[in-house]
Amino acid sequence: MATVLEAVGRRTISELDYVGSLNIQLWATLRAMGSALPLVGNRYRWQAAVRQMLQIGVDALPMVALMAICTGFILAMQGASELRRFGAIHYVIDLVAVGFMRELGPLLTAIAVSGRSGSSFAAEIGTMKVTEELDSLRVMALEPVEFLLAPKYLAALISVPCLSIISNVCGILAGGLFMFFSTRLDLLLYFRYVLDSIVLRDVITGLIKSVAFATIIAHVGCLEGFRVSGGPDSVGRSTTSAVVKSTFLVIVADAVFTAIFYFTVKS
Amino acid sequence: MPIIMIRDLVVEYDGRRILDGLSLDIEHGETMVLLGGSGSGKSTLLRQILALERPKSGSVLVKGIDITRCTNAELKSVRRSIGVAFQSAALFNSLSIEDNVALTLREHTRLAPSIVDLVVWMKLAVVGLGDFGKLHPQELSGGMKKRAAVARALALEPEILVLDEPSAGLDPIVAAELDELILLLKEVFQMTVIVVTHELPSAFRIADRIAMLYNGRFTSIGTRDEIRASQNPRVRHFLDRIPEDMTKTSAVAAYFGKYLQTQEASE
Repeated sequence: MATVLEAVGRRTISELDYVGSLNIQLWATLRAMGSALPLVGNRYRWQAAVRQMLQIGVDALPMVALMAICTGFILAMQGASELRRFGAIHYVIDLVAVGFMRELGPLLTAIAVSGRSGSSFAAEIGTMKVTEELDSLRVMALEPVEFLLAPKYLAALISVPCLSIISNVCGILAGGLFMFFSTRLDLLLYFRYVLDSIVLRDVITGLIKSVAFATIIAHVGCLEGFRVSGGPDSVGRSTTSAVVKSTFLVIVADAVFTAIFYFTVKS
Repeated sequence: MPIIMIRDLVVEYDGRRILDGLSLDIEHGETMVLLGGSGSGKSTLLRQILALERPKSGSVLVKGIDITRCTNAELKSVRRSIGVAFQSAALFNSLSIEDNVALTLREHTRLAPSIVDLVVWMKLAVVGLGDFGKLHPQELSGGMKKRAAVARALALEPEILVLDEPSAGLDPIVAAELDELILLLKEVFQMTVIVVTHELPSAFRIADRIAMLYNGRFTSIGTRDEIRASQNPRVRHFLDRIPEDMTKTSAVAAYFGKYLQTQEASE
């Protein structure tokens, strides 16, 4: 019994330590973010942030769009198969529009970015640690948080919400195509119904979620890289861990945000 | 006053004592070689001099500033006066050799880009890589990478140059070329040079003084001639390349002796 308690206690302390490290890293990055901003910051950091935006955002665009289109079709087809029985197939429009705006757009984007960029952050920083490049930065009086993390975080904060919006558009478009082929509903009319079914609040909650997801992905990926110790094998482990932990935390955060927004609407 | 003063330095990892009360003075303009076998604490001492780790107790004063207790701003100013070439070279693989050398100039000075380019070319020319600036680290040989790391370390014209195992893994000719380069740099720039190595020919060629480490303590500190003439058994073991634990050697010899006898008998 004592051993079980000991194991649980040790694991709890380890997880709290992880969360604490994430918080410390987040505040350190927020303090260093000014250097990555355009005009007022260091132009090399801004250039690095733009390069990261291309990698996180532009390179992920085809994948995110395809995932959203497929999910849009799936959601519309599954919804239609049930709603048709009640003569309520037109509710598929609300289902797809609201579902994507509030939930699926940001979540699908976060999962795609976590797999692509979260792992890439962990691998890049982990390799730099193994090859003494992080030490090299420190002895050159350059802070790794400012030099590496701030541009990545800024890029994620801009790219992930943009990708979420594109994901929403693609998912809703897929729903429209389904409605066109199954009920001959005109696409322009479909988009009018979509605009009627969503409110500004849906857009804002989706964007708030995507900013939170970007924070989780960037910080978990980078922290896993900074925590690499030993040889190249630990870089592989940290990469896997970055994807697993960030995906898990994204889903937990999504549940928390959804609950907050749900109960706020009720009241 | 010495440029570096180490006093009663104690470093422990998980309760294991790595450096045990070290004290050492390094004077302006001298080349100090830290000599010792694997696991003697050379690299740990170097990391303390670079403030990459905190000691358990003791102090390291660089230019009169105790880097174990100073503020971040003081540490940054100290670090700007130290150039470091790591054992693995630790060049940034994503940058060209030119950009690697230019990094600290761009970050810490307000020099015009054309001046930065000129300084970079000069530093690369000093180490014999004037024509290789456009290449990336992965396109260079081991010796060239080490030279590039030295060029990067020289970028801000530091008062102290630290070289970690500069000739490790290099063939004798390239290693000798690097020794010549270190002597040249000392003569031209009058800088204090700290070299960590276990290569005896290299140590005796470049050193003004040698500090010999064994199990986290200095066994001997002196000029080349004093170390060469030392009768300290630890120093003699190292210089005369005598294995410390003869029992293992004897056991292996006895085993192979028996094996050879059996082979002869069977023939």
